[in-house]
Amino acid sequence: MSFFLNQLVIGIQLGSQYVMVALGLTLIFGILDISHFAHGHMYMIGAYLLYILMVLAGINYWIAFLICMAALAVAGTVVERTVYRPLRGQPHINTFIAAIGLILVLETLVRGIQPNALSVSKPIDRTLEFAGITMEAQRLIVIVGAIVLIILLQLFIKRTRLGTAIEAVAQDREGASLVGISVNRISALTFAIATALAAAAAVLMAPLAFISPEMGSVLILKAFVIVVIGGLGSMKGAIVGGYLLGIIEAMAIAYISSAYKDVFAFAVLIIILAIRPTGLFRGRD
Amino acid sequence: MAKYVKAIALFILLGLAAAIPWITSKYNVRILTLAMAWAIATLSLNLILGYTGQASLAHGALMGIGAYAFGILAQRVGLNFWLALPLACLITAFIGLLIGLPSLRTKGPYFAIVTLCFNVIVYKVFDNWKWLSGGIQGQVVPQPVFLQQRWARYYFVLGCLILTLIIMRFIVKSLLGVTFMSIRSNENLAEATGINSFRTKLLSFVVSCFFVGLAGSMLALENGQLDPTITMHLNSFYILIFLLIGGAATLSGPVIGAVGLYWLLDYMKKIGIKGIEEFRYLFFGLILIVVIIYMPRGLVGGARQFWDWAKSKYKGRKTQEVLE
Repeated sequence: MSFFLNQLVIGIQLGSQYVMVALGLTLIFGILDISHFAHGHMYMIGAYLLYILMVLAGINYWIAFLICMAALAVAGTVVERTVYRPLRGQPHINTFIAAIGLILVLETLVRGIQPNALSVSKPIDRTLEFAGITMEAQRLIVIVGAIVLIILLQLFIKRTRLGTAIEAVAQDREGASLVGISVNRISALTFAIATALAAAAAVLMAPLAFISPEMGSVLILKAFVIVVIGGLGSMKGAIVGGYLLGIIEAMAIAYISSAYKDVFAFAVLIIILAIRPTGLFRGRD
Repeated sequence: MAKYVKAIALFILLGLAAAIPWITSKYNVRILTLAMAWAIATLSLNLILGYTGQASLAHGALMGIGAYAFGILAQRVGLNFWLALPLACLITAFIGLLIGLPSLRTKGPYFAIVTLCFNVIVYKVFDNWKWLSGGIQGQVVPQPVFLQQRWARYYFVLGCLILTLIIMRFIVKSLLGVTFMSIRSNENLAEATGINSFRTKLLSFVVSCFFVGLAGSMLALENGQLDPTITMHLNSFYILIFLLIGGAATLSGPVIGAVGLYWLLDYMKKIGIKGIEEFRYLFFGLILIVVIIYMPRGLVGGARQFWDWAKSKYKGRKTQEVLE
């Protein structure tokens, strides 16, 4: 039983990471209709920035956390401005292909500069024990951090003027621009928020895993799987789908085999699509 | 007039292609043979992406499946070359059918993602199932007696490429090609006119897989052996890049893109500046972004647009002269 509970905690922690990345993707898809395939690579850049700040500059983890989020928010707007804005109005598939170009650029750049896997130390290096569950403190930080960020994002979108403007653009881009909302500013803002979320996921996860140039590729596929499973553009779907996939994966690794750990997600995707092509929740088409 | 120019150009090009083994180095012949195999793969992606509008990112894996099917049938099963080759293509087409059935239910970028997921699964399978793939040591691919010579393989792959081009041209010009293009331009409208879009897309995908299987077999034949890296998703990206830079929805674009870029890729490797091997992906990424933003129809599509523009400009001037 305690083995099962331990795996459950690992699943929730994996899911927290997935939700943070998938929410960013969902935002960008739901509001701007862009399949930002390079989102996982922005996550990877966030992890490397954390390494630079913590190991090379010697900055405290929590301060580095905030700097990473801010820096990646800026990087997100740069990507939106240089790659996606010139492609607005073109077929979906063209933006997707530009994103593939972007991932080749980012991954090669990082691998060219630092090909080896790196690691950073944990801010709180302790093991917690509670009711038969043994876990590292960092796992709890990931879980709690993700919940806090998800709640903040929901509050921002539902309760602030800017958040309402974002929703307006998501529902009707032309109508929103007619009432004086600048679509360019909203899309820059959406990219900033989404990329900052990816950076937060990277900073939270980095002490638990290695930092490597490939870390973004597998994650982005899983994040897309979550977005499709949850229903395209549905925030609720991304949250439920993310935790679901994290738990399924942790259980599959524990009870089936770890050799195929990255394949379970795709198997789940194919099964769900075969049964329900629109995903679990109805999002935007 | 233009018809004759085209015929003469085609004739010269064919003559040049036929002369290549005798006028250039052995190394170049090998590179061009491989490049033509990639051109077949790019033409196959062109059918499903360029004409039917569905971006498959499983073509790298399917190319690998074709290569392994051919290698295993020819080596371990000991099948005759003329049986193993078409059978390998059919096996690839069948696997394509299995992949297409669930994935073609999704649309646009989500089809690309689902097929990319399939690609990762296929790679994992070939990487882990050593009894199937032979692991890192790989699978030996026998070369039949009449294809032992380098130039013989060159002509054989050239022949396959020309055959693929002819069949693709036939498909594209036929009613079936028009049906494919109607789905590309407006799927809902195509459905409204009574086209079963799912079945049509599936047909396009399966035919495309047949040819990518041929491309894989050609690669295996030229290399003489195989390892699981041939099924990696990076190869799907390569085929996509070749197609888009050359020009999707044209017949010359995929060939120009694949042969030109494959050669360039190899040349960059050959220059041998330390680290350039890694940085060429960066170069490709940048080209891809610039091309998709400024020349979404690729080199051939862009050139054609420029030609039409120049022609209309010229004609416009002529009518103006008459008016004056």
